[in-house]
This record gives sequence, C-alpha cells and structure tokens, in this order.
Amino acid sequence: MTGQTPPPVLEMRDVTKTYMIRRGIFSPKQPLHAVNGISLKINKGDVLGLVGESGCGKSTLAKILLGLELPTAGEIFIDGETAHQSGDRKAISRRIQPIFQDPYSSLNPRKTIGAIVSLPLRVHQVGDPSTWRKAVEDILDIVGLPRRVYDSYPNQLSGGQRQRVAIARALIMKPEIVICDEPTSALDVSVQSQILNLLMDLREELNLTYVLISHNLAVVEHIATKVAVMYLGRIVEETGTDKLFEAARHPYTSALLSSVLTPEPGLGVPDSGLGIAFPNPINPPSGCTFHPRCAKAFGPCSVDQPPVIQDADGRVECHLYA
Amino acid sequence: MTTTIANRGLPAAEDIVGPTPGQQLRRRIFGHRGLMIGGGILVIIFLMALSAPFLAPHDPYFQELLARVKPPVWTTGDWKHVLGTDQLGRDYLSRIMYGAQISLLIGFAAAFISGVIGTTLGVAAGYFGGRVDMVVTFLITVRLSMPVVLVALAVVALIGGSLTVVISVLGLLLWDRYAVVMRSATMQIRQMDYVAAAKAVGCSTPRILLTEIMPNIMNNLIVVATLEMAHAILLEAALSFLGMGVQPPLPSWGLMVSEGKDYILFEAWMITIPGVALFLLVLAINLVGDGIRDVTAPENRN
Amino acid sequence: MSAVLEVTGLTVDIPVPTGDLHAVRGIDFSVNKGETLCIVGESGCGKSLTSLSIMGLLPKRAKINAAKMEFTGTDLLSLNERELAAIRGNRMAMIFQEPMTSLNPAYTIGNQLMEPYLRHKKSSDKEARERAIYLLERVGITAAASRLSQYPHQLSGGLRQRVMIAMALMCDPELIIADEPTTALDVTIQAQILHLLAELRKEFNSALILITHDLGVVARVADKVAVMYAGKIVEAGSVSEIFNQPLHPYTQGLIDCIPVPGKTARGSRLGSIPGIVPTLIGDIKGCSFRNRCGFAHDACEMKDPFHTLSPGRGYRCTLDVSTCEANAKELVSA
Repeated sequence: MTGQTPPPVLEMRDVTKTYMIRRGIFSPKQPLHAVNGISLKINKGDVLGLVGESGCGKSTLAKILLGLELPTAGEIFIDGETAHQSGDRKAISRRIQPIFQDPYSSLNPRKTIGAIVSLPLRVHQVGDPSTWRKAVEDILDIVGLPRRVYDSYPNQLSGGQRQRVAIARALIMKPEIVICDEPTSALDVSVQSQILNLLMDLREELNLTYVLISHNLAVVEHIATKVAVMYLGRIVEETGTDKLFEAARHPYTSALLSSVLTPEPGLGVPDSGLGIAFPNPINPPSGCTFHPRCAKAFGPCSVDQPPVIQDADGRVECHLYA
Repeated sequence: MTTTIANRGLPAAEDIVGPTPGQQLRRRIFGHRGLMIGGGILVIIFLMALSAPFLAPHDPYFQELLARVKPPVWTTGDWKHVLGTDQLGRDYLSRIMYGAQISLLIGFAAAFISGVIGTTLGVAAGYFGGRVDMVVTFLITVRLSMPVVLVALAVVALIGGSLTVVISVLGLLLWDRYAVVMRSATMQIRQMDYVAAAKAVGCSTPRILLTEIMPNIMNNLIVVATLEMAHAILLEAALSFLGMGVQPPLPSWGLMVSEGKDYILFEAWMITIPGVALFLLVLAINLVGDGIRDVTAPENRN
Repeated sequence: MSAVLEVTGLTVDIPVPTGDLHAVRGIDFSVNKGETLCIVGESGCGKSLTSLSIMGLLPKRAKINAAKMEFTGTDLLSLNERELAAIRGNRMAMIFQEPMTSLNPAYTIGNQLMEPYLRHKKSSDKEARERAIYLLERVGITAAASRLSQYPHQLSGGLRQRVMIAMALMCDPELIIADEPTTALDVTIQAQILHLLAELRKEFNSALILITHDLGVVARVADKVAVMYAGKIVEAGSVSEIFNQPLHPYTQGLIDCIPVPGKTARGSRLGSIPGIVPTLIGDIKGCSFRNRCGFAHDACEMKDPFHTLSPGRGYRCTLDVSTCEANAKELVSA
C-alpha cells in the first residue's frame, strides 16, 4: 500500500450480484444478495486471501471476476480498464485465469493434456499451430511436468499432476491475475505442499497476482499478503496478513481463526462459539448480519448496519470499533 | 522443481505411460461377451444386406407361380429354394436378404433423424436451462402424450405408405428419448469445472458444446441410438404388418410376416423365418447398446 | 483395561481385471474403552477399507483375512450376516464423511434416529422418542422435538452431521468409527463437530476410531495414532510421540508439509514428498515408500521390518531407531 503510481491491478467497486430466487411455484421471486457491495483493491504481486464459510459468496465473486457471471451492479477494473461490464469473456480471459479446486473435474477426460493446455492458444489464435506444441512444452517445464504427458489423458495422471496441468492451462496465456479457488483442498497432504510451493515460485517468476479462495486459514496465512474475510456477501474485514493473524478485529474473523486446527497435540479442539445457525441468505438478519452468532453483540448490532471503519490497520465493518 | 528420487523398482499407481482411455476402452470392448455376440450378429446381418445383390440366389421380385409356398430345405424342400418360396413363388432367402437392407436402412435413417432432432433439443435444454429448458420439456411432454403407432398409422393412411414416408414419420416421432437422455447428461457435464475453465478461457458457446460437452455425452447418445434403432425397426415391421408401412412388393420383414399370416397353421415357417430374422436383428442391436453402456459406464473405470 | 477392538494381521484384497488389489496388507491395532485411535493416511492407503471391514460393510467381492479381529471378545469374522447386523448400529456405530448421502432423504430425522433403537433395544416408541430428543439436544440441536419430523434436506450440512452423530450414539455403542466425519464441512463447523465428538466420547466412554487425512484433526483429537501408507501401518504411537518425535520418513514428511501459523515462516518453501504412491495391484517387495523417500538405500528394496519400541509404539523402516530419532529432532527443531 505504498505508492499512488500504478493503478491497482484489480479493483472492484461496489460489486453486487443478486439472484432472484423462487421458493415455491406460486410465491413471488425474492432477491438473494450473493455478493453485496464489495469494494477491493489488489496491487500487482499481491496475494489476496479470500476466506469465509461456504455460502458467503466467495465463489460467486470468483465467477464474476472470471466473467462467468455478470455483476448486477458495480464495476471491475483491471489495470484501470473495465472489461467485465460488457461481458466480453475473451478480453477478460487474457488477463484473469482460474485454477479450480477439483483437478478431477477441471480437465476434460476426453482430451489429451496437450489439447487441454493449448486450448487458450487456439481460442485466442496466438501464434500458429506449429508453435503451440513448443509453447505447451515450455509451460509444462515451468509447472514441473515431464514433456511426455503431452499425449497423455487426464486419467493417466495423479491428482497433483492434474493440478499442475490445470495451472499450466491457466498460465499459458501469461495472465496477470490468477483466481485460485481452493487449489489444494482436493489433494493429498503430501501433494498440497508441492502445489503451494509451485504457486509461490510461479508468482515470483511470472510476476502474478493471486486471489486465493480458501477455507484453510493455515494456507492463507502462509502465502497471502492480505486477507479479506467474507460473511454473507459482505467483506467484514480486510487487512494485511500479519495484522489479521496477530490482532483480528472482527469477531467473525476471531471465530474463524480459533477454528483452525493446527497440528499441535495437546491443545484440544477449540470451541469457536459460533453456534450452528448459518443465516438464511434470502432473509438475512437485521442490522449486522453476523449479530445472531456474535459473542460480542450488543445494542445497535441487531438494529443498525455496522459502520465501515477504514484506517491504517485496514478495513472492518463492526459496531465495536465505531 | 521437485527433487527426483530413484524409483527403486516400484511401479506407480498412475503412470503416464499407462493405457490411454482409448486403449482401455478397446480392452473392455473385447472383454464384453454380450457386446461381442451382438456385434457379431449385427455384422453378419449387415454383410448380408450389403452383399444381397451378389449373393442372393434369386431375384427377390421374380414370381415363380408354379413353385408357390415351397417349404424350406430342412422340411421337405430342396436346395433350389433354401428357405422355400412365398405365396407368389418368390425365393424366401433372397427376400430375407433384401429385407435386411430395408430394416437396416429404416433403423439407421430413423435413428439418425430422430437423433439429430432429439440431441439438438436435449443439449440445448440441458446447457442453457431456463426458458429453453421449459420449452423443450413442454415439447417432450407433448410428444410423449402422442401414441406413436396411432400417429404413424394416421399419417401413412393420409399420405400413403412408402419407404420415405415411414422413415420420416418414425424419424420425426422417436426423438423423445434422445432429448430426455441428452438433456440430463448435458446438465451433468455442464457443471463440470472443465466447462467453466473453457468459458474462462474465452471459448464461444458452440465451441464449448462441440468440444467439451458433446465428447462427454457421446456414449449416452450411442446407447440411445441403438435402442431407438431397434425401436424403429420393430415399428416399421408393425406398420408393414398392418399394411400401413412399406408397400408390396418390397421385401420388408414385417410385410413378409403379414403376407405369411394366412398360412400360420400349416406353413408356420412362413412367418417364423422373417420373425426370427427380426428377432435376431433387434436382439443384436440391443446387446450392442447394453454393451456400449457397460463398457463406457463410469463405475467400470479403473 | 481390555481392548474394545483388537485387530491383528488384517488384509483386504479386491480382485480387479489386472490382478488382485492388496488394499490393506496386514495391519495390527487395538483400541480401548474411552480411547480415540486416529488412523491417518492419504487417499488410497486403505484406511477407509479398514473401517468398512470392521463394520462388515465391504462389498462381497472383497476378501478379508485377519489373524484376529475381536470386538469385545467376539470374533467378528466368524459372525454371519444376521449376528453382525445385531452388533452393527447397536454396539458398534459408524459416522460417514458425507452427511448428505448417509441420511435417507425419504424418511424423517426422527424415523432414522429411532429405527435402530427400536430394532436393537426392543424399546417402546415413547422411549425411543425421548432418547432421540435427548441426544439431539445433547449434540446441540435446538428445538429437538420439532426436528424429529423434519427431512434431511431441511437441514444444513453441519446439522446433518450432528444428526449422524446423534444416530451413532442412540444405542450407546461401545465403539464408534468415524470416517472423515468433518472433511465435507466448513472449518468452523469442523471445529464444532470435533469438539462435540470429543466431549461425547468422554461422556459416553466409548472407544472412537477416527479415520482422517488431516493432521490438524489428528493432533487435537487422538490419543493413539496409526499412520498408514500403501496398505500398511508405517508408524504407530501416542499422539505426542507421533508429532513430537515422528520416526518414519513418511510421517516426518507429512508433518513437514503443513504450514503452521506462527511457526512456519510465511512464504517459505514447504517440505514436500515427491513422487506418487505405488500401485497396490500385486505384491510389493521391500518398503512401499522407498520411491519417495530421501533416506532410501538398497536394503529398502528387500525388506521393511517393523520395530516395536514399546507396546503401541513402533515404526516400519530399515533405518535404526537412533537415525530416525536424529532425523526427527532435526525436523521438529527446524
């Protein structure tokens, strides 16, 4: 957060996605705010960790960033330029690429690895067919796969190798931003660290910016430079990784952090005190949407929307700091 | 990247030099008895149909009125007419061989036409969902509420029976199962991350449908196609039997059964022979269809 | 203290087109009353098949063999289907990974909770109902009485897993087997469920076998740990022994793989285990980890001896104890 010189590589302003949900055949449609007014700035080389429980809207936000869904409202800028409003997937796809959670579902089983990885080149007609094989082999080298896999099919590869293929596909067009949606949670423990190491190496080598969506806070702590905590479509806290893990401000962040089970024997299982009721997103609680589960809730929490507090320590939405 | 460690003679669980999906599929096909038997019968009938002009002992339309209703060779007949002759003295073996052409032509053509219609509707409904899905589902419901045989009979009665009419009527009527199966298969594939990845790469919708969706629902398509082919062949036989299908003197198996029905008590072979031919063809197609479903089923993988 | 479950020499073989898949290759373990045993390992190591073979839930074509598989003194392998059914869900209960699919969507929660109790305990409806309500409250479900008439789809994933736990506890089992009970859940819910499981295990004093791949879960929940790799137990010991002095190179590798907030330097390279698990079809001579092991030497191609250091503590490796201890020291201090 130093200079004013370059614009942030990715900026979201009040991005909102509202789905209209019909709950019965005859009942009127009701709005579901999956993403509710999100503003974020990510600088070049940053790793933004996006954390929150399932249903908090982090996957919807990823889809919007990838151009797979159009935002209902709000604007998205890449290097200060807009692309998402027109829904031009081709323009977006050159700059933002995804890495999905499940490498068993993200690779088409009927295609060879060569065909999968070269797809972006073919779609965007980069170079001519004679150069594609070379380009694919180069990127396979970079992600640490033997060139022999070019003619293999996904079912001949292990989970970790498949995830490397997915990374190769995402990087072959040299995008600026990579959205990693739980990139390691479907992998075995021994393979997870390989993929995380690879992602960290690639960020240095190719000067990438990551949006890392994960429920594994240990992973986020390890590689993110800043963290945004989402709850029910809102970002309730956003700050540098150090600050977040040392002194979380939002009670929800604290609860999330206390739920992390580190491999340290003898500590027992913590009780996050969150209760079990994840609110219904169609009919969210009044005031602060977190107040029914919050241990520190007091008077105004159930009535007023929490204020947005922006200071040197980052951003937090909570009545406690008003 | 990662430090390499000597393999020390341990074969890995997944190996990039292991069999490709194509090789695995071939291995499973040759290990599937039903598929091999059905495929064998089908190939024989197919060859019989193709080679009818060269191998058939007689002209299937030549009427030898002095040699009417001659029994086949294994009862009291002779080798001149191996399967006997019909009530107009036409050679039964030749008619069976030419009849295979008609059955196969109708089966393939009707399955193809209905396949194109049903797959287009089903894939569109499954992929786009929403309004498109509602319309297609409505069309399927309408189609399912029409009795195929009655509609076919009515149409043929109105515009007259011929091979083209039968093929078109069946082709336009039998697409429902394609649409239902393709719709649900597409819905499943649509949710896969590789479809999202292709979108995120900037692929156009037709490209996604052709290269990401279609190859992964092809096995379902082939299975339905075989079932519908068998269905069409049986329906043609039924229509021809009722006199509302292929018209004489074409040697349709269904027509042969119909023409032989007056002799059912004393010359039972007259309907048995085309009946058995029909049965074998439909059985073979169904065996092949079941076999394809088995060898491509996901639970059979690995 | 007598063992609730004692297993020695358990093997599970599954015939596949290309030969026999030896999924479990002779494992020994036991679990006592009031004790939690964690079986930890990666996918395909045989940990889930182990749990299914204890419950007698393996598909018919799988072949189970064991020198000993005793549940409170009864030989499980000698029981027929009916005798096994009388134990299953009654004295021995299982909690599965996927709460969405392990509850039958066609029956109400109450129905599914009360059914095993009515069957095994021959109780009255009223009694079963009271116990169901008591347990639902006990697992932290509010308005328990009204939940009984709800269907599984009306509950969230976390609630369903709570229902599964209540269901497992209905007949007051001596042994609970939980196979990845929290893998499908959010971290917050995971912590709650495990917290609950640990509490209830103490209260009901049953034995718990927890199958998981998550070392964080193991560290916080287990009393005893068995680390499985390629169908064999490569290391066994108490939870503190496993984490503070891991002896097997595989265990050491696993622990080194995980970033620990506050301990692992941020952005530093994580340890990793290169390579891929070996195929389990056919026999493996020597150590099955040697192709991924930094300490592998020629002897590893011939044998993989199990060293028992004390009852319940041991490891399977050609390296001697002092070498392994030195390696562990280096890892833990790093």
